[in-house]
Amino acid sequence: MHDFLAIVFTAEFVGNALKYATPLLLASLGLVVNERSGVMNLSVEGMILSSAFFAFAGSYFTGSPLLGLLAALLASLLIALVHSYCCISLGLNQVIVAVALNTFCLGLTSTLFRIFLGTDTNVIRANGFSFVRWPKFLTEIPVLGEILLKQHIFTYVALIMIFVIWWIFYKTTWGLEIRAVGEYPRAADTMGVKVYKVRYLAMLFSSLMAGMAGTALSITGLNLFIDNMSAGYGFIAFATIVFGRFHPLGVTGGALMFGFAQSLQIRMQISDINIPYQIPIMLPYLLTIVMLGIIGSGSVPASWCIPYFPDEE
Amino acid sequence: MILFVKVNEMTIKSRNNYKNVIAKKMAAFMVPLLGALMGLLVGAILLIMQGVNPIVAYYALLQGSLIGWPSISETLLKASPLVLAGLAVCYSYRTGFFNIGAEGQLYMGAVGATIIGTNFAFLPSMIHIPLAIIVGALFGGILAVIPGLLRAYRGVNEIVTTILFNYVAAYFLSMLVQGPLKEPGSFYPRSLPIVESALLPKFPASPLHTGIFFVILLAGILYWLFNKTTYGFAMEVAGGNHNALHYAGVNLKKMIVQVMLVSGMIAGTAGVIEILGVHKRLIENFSVGLGYEAIAVALLANLNPLGALLSGTFFGALKTGASSMQIATGVPVSFISMIQALIILFVIAFTVFPRILIRINKRRMRKNA
Repeated sequence: MHDFLAIVFTAEFVGNALKYATPLLLASLGLVVNERSGVMNLSVEGMILSSAFFAFAGSYFTGSPLLGLLAALLASLLIALVHSYCCISLGLNQVIVAVALNTFCLGLTSTLFRIFLGTDTNVIRANGFSFVRWPKFLTEIPVLGEILLKQHIFTYVALIMIFVIWWIFYKTTWGLEIRAVGEYPRAADTMGVKVYKVRYLAMLFSSLMAGMAGTALSITGLNLFIDNMSAGYGFIAFATIVFGRFHPLGVTGGALMFGFAQSLQIRMQISDINIPYQIPIMLPYLLTIVMLGIIGSGSVPASWCIPYFPDEE
Repeated sequence: MILFVKVNEMTIKSRNNYKNVIAKKMAAFMVPLLGALMGLLVGAILLIMQGVNPIVAYYALLQGSLIGWPSISETLLKASPLVLAGLAVCYSYRTGFFNIGAEGQLYMGAVGATIIGTNFAFLPSMIHIPLAIIVGALFGGILAVIPGLLRAYRGVNEIVTTILFNYVAAYFLSMLVQGPLKEPGSFYPRSLPIVESALLPKFPASPLHTGIFFVILLAGILYWLFNKTTYGFAMEVAGGNHNALHYAGVNLKKMIVQVMLVSGMIAGTAGVIEILGVHKRLIENFSVGLGYEAIAVALLANLNPLGALLSGTFFGALKTGASSMQIATGVPVSFISMIQALIILFVIAFTVFPRILIRINKRRMRKNA
């Protein structure tokens, strides 16, 4: 037990946990906006995967990580448009469309990756984002410098977005419209809120955040791509939404918990503690399920996953 | 869900209308057929964009999956777990509930089958195999019944919980093969081999195992249940309108729990036959993505169990033929996922096509008025 605590309570560990939580935090903060508008977006998995790939490919071919980011955002946006058109305009089943899109993205990225690689079996790396360079006297601040100042730009974006989204949600008319559309679209429509427009915009915003999440996954750090790289990140982001009861701050807590568990799991695999490393990674899922059992359906937006047709009864 | 709610309402309304029934039956055939054709067609365009002749590619796909006994047996082998998982999705979706957890339930089924299959070597096959199937099914059922209970008594969305349980099950399995079930002294994370008496017998000159008979039998039983029994009719009514059941005196809560339990049990057996027939010991991640492919199978089958036999075989054939296509044309195996996705999209788009026409028509009438 003592060894265990010694691992967890180091500044380096917490800093790493924040690094693992970053893509998750970005994706789930975007996701919370579109889920609150009443659209279930399981396609986020495909968005993260495609943007991870296109960020890598963009950066590899142009040499610039920024252009990689741009490619990632575009790819993610495109998927969001397809998902929105199918689920919002056509009113198709949101789960099935997402399953189809995720499968498509998996096929597309793996196929393109094979074509780029050719027969080369070497690992190819692209240029990536490096740590933000802070003045030296700042990084030498004991604990905080280690945790907060050895991070990529995306971590700071994610941290800022927590407050931006909270503020939009609860302090602006936009936020009110988004929440109204997710709860009772017909009433919102009657009050003159354009339901489709709000849902589309929420979805597109969410896809941009997922695009950043994908970029943070592939070209910060190892700067490479592997098949099915996102490996369920989108679904974990989805779980954090549910865990966080569709509230931006709750979602932040959820994302940090999953990031912490991820980082603990990796650390436990390389140390010789007698606890199976699967336990810390399993716990957040079980905790989410138990929490759902306790709170029931209370926090779910009333029109979640229900398409809205203005001209039908 | 809304999609099938509408369709089912229409079915019930038109029970007496003979012509409509025939039109429905035609649509049930045409929609999947057209969907598959359109998927392959767009796939052909994507192939041309890669500079590959689609005729050559599809011929290689066909040859590698359906021509000659080795290819056919490989296709059927790949199709077996797909069909079973697809049946599991059909079962819950007919009642209007989504089971996305087939993958997790399949893993639990595999765990159950391994516990029985690596022990009790003294049992005759006639008892050992059915025992493994039953225990595996129960393991899968347990994983699915929790989302069922949460949905019935706490109103928790079953889509969320079944996804969460997929991860729990995968990590649980991984923990077992690296811990209590690990083969002593082995370097790899794997269990002891399944004992002789629990292995599914093989067909001559092929890897295909006799689990295929179980798959066909189960599809037949479910077809009978759905179409010839009162319970099957109650399920269909529940799929159409959850309140209707209440008036008919059926307890919806009880039904949700039952449906999720059985759906999980069916998915569990998919894991059982994979372990007893293919892998012959428990390993990690042996079926990544099968839970999602199962949804494609169920949709293409129009939720009909006999249709699932066909659509499962179709997707199995795509998977099997993909490697021949790769050898012949250099198109990566992963390309098949894109075709699969396109087919799902086309099928659901075609299913609501009439409804969209009606809406457009309404709007036009309103404008003219």
